[in-house]
Amino acid sequence: MIPGPFSYHRPATLAGAVKLLADLGDDARPLAGGHSLVPMMKLRLATPTHLVDLHGVADLKGISRDGDTIVIGAMTTQHELLTSGDIRQSLPILQEAAALIADPQVRYLGTIGGNVANGDPGNDMPALMIVLGANFRLSGPGGEREVAASEFYQGAYFTALEPGEILTSISIPVPPAGHGYAYEKLKRKVGDYATAAAAVVLTMAGGKVATCAIGLTNLHETPLLATDAANAAIGSNLDAATLKQAASAAEAIMAPAADARGPVEYRKHVGGIMVMRALQRAAGRAA
Amino acid sequence: MNDMTPTREQRTAALEGMGCKRKRVEDIRFTQGKGNYVDDVKLPGMLHGDFVRSPHAHARVKAIKTEEALKVPGVLAVITAETLKTVNLAWMPTLAGDVQMVLADGKVLFQNQEVAFVVATDRYAADDGINKVEVEYEPLPPLVDPFKAMDHNAPVLREDLAGKTTGAHGPRKHHNHIFEWTVGDKDLTDAAFRRAEVTIKEMISYHRTHPSPLETCQCVCSFDKVKGELTIWGTFQAPHVIRTVVSLIAKLPEQKIHVIAPDIGGGFGNKVGAYPGYICAAVASIVTGKPVKWVEDRIENLTATSFARDYHMTTEIAATKEGKVTGLRVHVLADHGAFDACADPSKWPAGFFNIVTGSYDFPTAHLTVDGVYTNKAPGGVAYRCSFRVTEAAYCIERAMDILAQKLGMDPAELRLKNFIKPEQFPYHSALGWEYDSGDYHTAMRKMMETTDYAALRKEQADKRAAFKRGETREIMGLGVSFFTEIVGAGPSKNCDILGIAMFDSCEIRMHPTGAGIARMGTKSQGQGHETTWAQIIATEIGIPADNIMVEEGNTDTAPYGLGTYGSRSTPVAGAAIAMAARKIKAKAQMIAAYKLEVHEDDLEFDIDGFRVKGLPEKFMSMKDICWAAYNSVPPGMEPGLEAVSYYDPPNMTYPFGAYLCVMDIDVDTGVYKVRRFYALDDCGTRINPMIIEGQVHGGLTEAFAIAMGQEIRYDDTGNVVTGSFMDFFMPTMVETPHWETDFTVTPSPHHPIGAKGVGESPNVGGVPAFSNAVNDAFSFLGSTHIQMPHDFWRNWKAAKTLGAVA
Amino acid sequence: MAKTHVTMKVNGAEVEGLVEPRTLLVHFIRENLQLTGTHVGCETTHCGACTVDLDGMSVKSCTVFAVQADGSEITTVEGMANPDGSLSALQEGFRMMHGLQCGFCTPGMIMRAHRLLQENPSPSEQDIRMGMSGNLCRCTGYQNIVRAIQYAAAKLNNVEFKEAAE
Repeated sequence: MIPGPFSYHRPATLAGAVKLLADLGDDARPLAGGHSLVPMMKLRLATPTHLVDLHGVADLKGISRDGDTIVIGAMTTQHELLTSGDIRQSLPILQEAAALIADPQVRYLGTIGGNVANGDPGNDMPALMIVLGANFRLSGPGGEREVAASEFYQGAYFTALEPGEILTSISIPVPPAGHGYAYEKLKRKVGDYATAAAAVVLTMAGGKVATCAIGLTNLHETPLLATDAANAAIGSNLDAATLKQAASAAEAIMAPAADARGPVEYRKHVGGIMVMRALQRAAGRAA
Repeated sequence: MNDMTPTREQRTAALEGMGCKRKRVEDIRFTQGKGNYVDDVKLPGMLHGDFVRSPHAHARVKAIKTEEALKVPGVLAVITAETLKTVNLAWMPTLAGDVQMVLADGKVLFQNQEVAFVVATDRYAADDGINKVEVEYEPLPPLVDPFKAMDHNAPVLREDLAGKTTGAHGPRKHHNHIFEWTVGDKDLTDAAFRRAEVTIKEMISYHRTHPSPLETCQCVCSFDKVKGELTIWGTFQAPHVIRTVVSLIAKLPEQKIHVIAPDIGGGFGNKVGAYPGYICAAVASIVTGKPVKWVEDRIENLTATSFARDYHMTTEIAATKEGKVTGLRVHVLADHGAFDACADPSKWPAGFFNIVTGSYDFPTAHLTVDGVYTNKAPGGVAYRCSFRVTEAAYCIERAMDILAQKLGMDPAELRLKNFIKPEQFPYHSALGWEYDSGDYHTAMRKMMETTDYAALRKEQADKRAAFKRGETREIMGLGVSFFTEIVGAGPSKNCDILGIAMFDSCEIRMHPTGAGIARMGTKSQGQGHETTWAQIIATEIGIPADNIMVEEGNTDTAPYGLGTYGSRSTPVAGAAIAMAARKIKAKAQMIAAYKLEVHEDDLEFDIDGFRVKGLPEKFMSMKDICWAAYNSVPPGMEPGLEAVSYYDPPNMTYPFGAYLCVMDIDVDTGVYKVRRFYALDDCGTRINPMIIEGQVHGGLTEAFAIAMGQEIRYDDTGNVVTGSFMDFFMPTMVETPHWETDFTVTPSPHHPIGAKGVGESPNVGGVPAFSNAVNDAFSFLGSTHIQMPHDFWRNWKAAKTLGAVA
Repeated sequence: MAKTHVTMKVNGAEVEGLVEPRTLLVHFIRENLQLTGTHVGCETTHCGACTVDLDGMSVKSCTVFAVQADGSEITTVEGMANPDGSLSALQEGFRMMHGLQCGFCTPGMIMRAHRLLQENPSPSEQDIRMGMSGNLCRCTGYQNIVRAIQYAAAKLNNVEFKEAAE
């Protein structure tokens, strides 16, 4: 399990990185945390002839607050998310999810940018990005542009990124104070991808769900926004019948693959359970 | 005596002998990264070899093109079956009496089978090389399901066996049949079933899994052309056997083969056998004249070097309506994969599976085992168990629960009713074994009292009622397991490997200053032999364990031994150590008698020396005797203080234990939680309680993994779908339960120190405890048996099938 | 393939070497530097046997290229003993609590535990189990590894170690 040969580049600026990737074309891959790419290279399922390491680009790092928006540099690691006071205060769901990604060592190097931009249906952050209404800032030979997370995912490993383009930062509107949140992830063991996972962000008013967004991980070739399920929950006090209705609505849009985590029927069923549990837990946390 | 004279307790403690929680000698180097494992061996000019492997489960190999690979910088040679044929090594014999391809010879028979061996200057170049070897395959229909292996139209896997109606273990019934093994009295057993008031029958499968030690299989082979000598450093649980096997198959004189097993990163049965990597590295070294290293990667380890279990056991028990067992009938369909490379003693094609009567007094039993070929990896190793003993324990422990359920009896009560009684030992089982000692009732009752079993059953009844009322979605299971192992292979009357009796050995040399070195034919892979072997010697001869260096794994210096697996080291080598030490002690007594000017019979051994009976001040310490052995031995006696012992055990040993698993399962997700796990082990005399506890923890963790998900699974086309640590369930600290350990002590009557062996008991007893807990949880919903592994989705599936989930 | 010059500080000493860009950090450490305490167990970033401390992070060195570590500071298990050569608190804890058997996972365990205790000097059992979940052990069943880390934490905090009840 040895990667094929490649040339290594470590640009110091974003412009430099973008230019390199544009010049080198399809033979080049950006290297962020590397914990998805390097194992693929060892199996020679990925054989880039150039790696453009983004670790030297200072502009891609850091978490900042811009009014009601949190801006997270693409090269911010999961570990940095977990230790950030800003994230704890404003986007606690990101910490809940990050703690469930891979294992401690991987989280020191694995980046949020890599997690959201890779297009791997097993990654946890994409569903959260959709639920939170995040925007991705992309930089490429044609300049910069913003794409909503909800528009970004097109298929397994297939995203809105154009050739030569990289994700530079993620902007997330801060959810209202007192919001409830939960990320429910069923997995076989630490380090595994989700058998099924659901992200919920909601607000409550007078004991009833006022606003709600539900996202689903690894239950389709792309992350899903379960709009019908959320609509079922809105206006309710999350009684048993409503929870079941939301779960069914969510299951209706799931199309997971059968794998060692279980057959399709099971993964959809527990997907529904994750939705119900996430709704309940989020409601319990809401002010 | 003045105040400084140590007390007897202090003198005993200073020895750190048997019964002491002695801290491990090995840990000083291991905690500092100073172990010496095979991949740490680096020789001048060393090359690396790596395999081209088959993507197909069954295919004809039409052509192997090596030209492009040979152009890769650093690649020096590509070895194929054609190369190996020039030295008559394209095939090799297996320990089970079959033959196995070293490299694909015309056909491949399992996915990831070795097809060509690329030799290069380093591992990077070797990997580049294997990606440039082009192999042309013609896919053939794969045979994956063992139950279809003997269909009349099943594909022919082993064309090399065409026309052979007899194998190493008797007649073959079909072109994919390997052997049929029969034990017990069929007529008597049939009669018992005819008379039975109650019978049960269930097909109990024990899925295919893999030992997967954290260090994979690897070797460095170095052939010295001038001397004609081959040195092999390897991950070998049985280095002497490897030396003999290499000598026999490579036709090299055995004195010119040096096998060194350095530190080994876990074995669990994976490192007993001989694998194509060893042969190819040796041949590559002979061809190139340079040392060649082979290190398999994890995927290769999981998919090609061995597997364990894959036994499908149709089990029937006959009983009275009061729950007294009267007969046992078992038929096993054994999936051996493409070659029968089972690592059992040679005359035992299904290992010691005939321990399947377990801890119970079955008046009669009958067992048949059919081994078949399929398009899967070869192997059949004893993954942390004696040969096929965990399969047998699982079979009987599951079946006893099924019988209890049918009778409406508590499974613990049913066991108590049928246990072999203490006064029946030595006990002759219906399938031919002589159990050495046991007190099963005491162990079982201690387990039941310590865990408050009755209260747990009450809680379970309450939870079941609550579940039926719709108040909870959680069900609770109690997994009782009472196992009897058979370990310590073994007596020469019934155990050999390729004709070599399965004795073991120890050589002790005491030095003049009261220190010494001891060498054994065993090989630790984490069991802590360097620590515990010295403890046996310390107690036997009264020299502190710290003064005894233990050395294993070098065939040039160690006496011949059969190695470490099947929990045989303590029962066999442990006895050899005690016997060698007693030879030392006997000579020491003669020297002491001479020096103290008394008759030998007037001396008694007292902790760390000899004392004249009735004259306590006349004492000679063993330390002083060591010195005397080198300067003033009695006239006519040879100087020096050394001894060798080769121990051929009179019988196996039979450790046993009572385990209880308390498990809660969420029926909506199938997610389980092991709330409590209690393990009582009786391994006879306990040498180092700290190490025993560690062995039990580790074995339970492996049992947990196996029962709850650890599986080598193939799809319908013969692809392995669980080939990495992502999908092959390897629990982390988070999933692993907390373990409670306990013990009773029933020494083995025939073992010099009464020890029975413990390393594998927790795996053998643990798997049925977990599986019985799952089955017990679901039983009130109407199920009798749910197959392992019990991973989340299968638990959910069971709940759904039983109507507990919509 | 053209080789790249890299320099690092490993266990306090400046080291350098020529590597291919694809050379994995674990191979640089084991083969160029001949520090063989760092082990390779799975090669797929699951087992943690190759864990080293890289600029204050526990990383799996089988999934990092040596060129990425150019200019960094690394500690391996060989750098863990006390300056006088005695076993450090963690090493001692693993020995005293029987936290190892075959020893193959141990260097990775110790390196990960080292960073864990730097970040959380008084971890609960749950903190330890979560914080060590990137490291696999096949021998010990983990229970004594938890105790080994608790032992080390107590020693480093200068408090008496109370063994967890069995």
